[in-house]
Amino acid sequence: MSSKWDWQVFLQDTGGGRSYLEWLFSAWGWTLSVSAGGLVVALLVGSLMGILRTTPSKALVLLGNAWTELFRNIPLLVQLFLWYHVLPSIFLVLRGVPSFVLVVFALGFFTSARISEQVKAGIESLPRGQRHAGLAVGLTLPQTYRYVLLPMAFRIVVPPLTSESMNIIKNSSVAFAVSISELTMFAMQAQEETSRGVEIYLAVTLLYFLSAFAVNRVALFIENRVQVPGMIGGSK
Amino acid sequence: MFNVDFGFLSWQVVGSFILKGLVFSVQLTLVAMIGGIAIGTMLALMRLSGRKPLVLVAAFYVNTLRSIPLVMVILWFFLLIPMLIGRPLGAELSAIITFTVFEAAYYSEIMRAGIQSVPRGQVHAGYAVGMTYGQTMQLIVLPQAFRNMLPVLLTQTIILFQDTSLVYAIGAYDLLKGFEVAGKNFNRPVEMYLLAAVLYFVICFSLSMLVRRLQNKIRIIR
Repeated sequence: MSSKWDWQVFLQDTGGGRSYLEWLFSAWGWTLSVSAGGLVVALLVGSLMGILRTTPSKALVLLGNAWTELFRNIPLLVQLFLWYHVLPSIFLVLRGVPSFVLVVFALGFFTSARISEQVKAGIESLPRGQRHAGLAVGLTLPQTYRYVLLPMAFRIVVPPLTSESMNIIKNSSVAFAVSISELTMFAMQAQEETSRGVEIYLAVTLLYFLSAFAVNRVALFIENRVQVPGMIGGSK
Repeated sequence: MFNVDFGFLSWQVVGSFILKGLVFSVQLTLVAMIGGIAIGTMLALMRLSGRKPLVLVAAFYVNTLRSIPLVMVILWFFLLIPMLIGRPLGAELSAIITFTVFEAAYYSEIMRAGIQSVPRGQVHAGYAVGMTYGQTMQLIVLPQAFRNMLPVLLTQTIILFQDTSLVYAIGAYDLLKGFEVAGKNFNRPVEMYLLAAVLYFVICFSLSMLVRRLQNKIRIIR
């Protein structure tokens, strides 16, 4: 392996009629799609579980707690293998499901455990009186959540959710293990085929940086848009 | 349809495939924890030193590693170390170096928060009785920082233990690999992946329960 740079490697043909550069960008697309899909699942399920853990019902709290502990204490890669190898052999219907969908759920459920923690903490950080006030004016419990607690709680948890969204991009790299053609998979295969590992890895690393940075900017924008005047960190 | 059969399991299987992986995973976790906390503490002290070059170097180290996926870091080291030393390095050794360097970035953020949680008066008190910077840190600040941050450091170590499964990327023989190889040998991959999940869960869940108890204990004394 020579120590000179050879960036022309990206113009080489992969053998399939496209260049490594085109493959790199398609891989970036896969990374972003897996992450975005995972984030949607994680936000929906994580919020639901986080909310359940703050309800007065013991059974729902138990369900939320069990969910969180289950998905937090198994490594993501192992969870991915469960989705990919184990579940389809137990539930035969899952055999036809594309691996992209399985990865999205694996990543989403794994992250939902962390989001459930954040959402629970957000709701619990509100003064108890808010819940009581909602119930006292005759709102039902779901209404109290919808109109009183959640609008504040979600604004509070935007910063931790931002870092979870950045984590999900990093964590999407485990998808290489089930042959999703995302950035890490590209890095491994292109490195093997071209032996220009440093150039390939640098490009991939740069794209991971860029993606995380973009998420960070978007989140900052959302944070500014939804902030409540008069709160700490709110507009002046 | 339920087609799961654990009949092939025996102590011999456990001994010959899984134990070897478990030993490596634990070894990797412990080495990376000790090395990572040592390097991480140094990085934290650099960042809090107020000397610009030191602050910049430490911040660059921590922020770079924290924004790259661990799998990519594992691949980078596996590629670069042989280039630098001029001969191939085993996947296991490469993993140990990678995890120590990588985890240092995360432990350093924890230690930084820990050091900052110690009241400034403690440092002044140290200087006032004539201690040097090194003595103040070693005898006054760091012991309190460690103690305050112990639950967080241990939680990070549980995450580290889970992350060791990512050495899959370079084919090192860890706990997950042990289950996988056993699954292939007996043509029972489904059962082995299930068992792997159960074992990881039992280990991580019990450890996190212990950390929670420790947290309560520390809180009362403080």
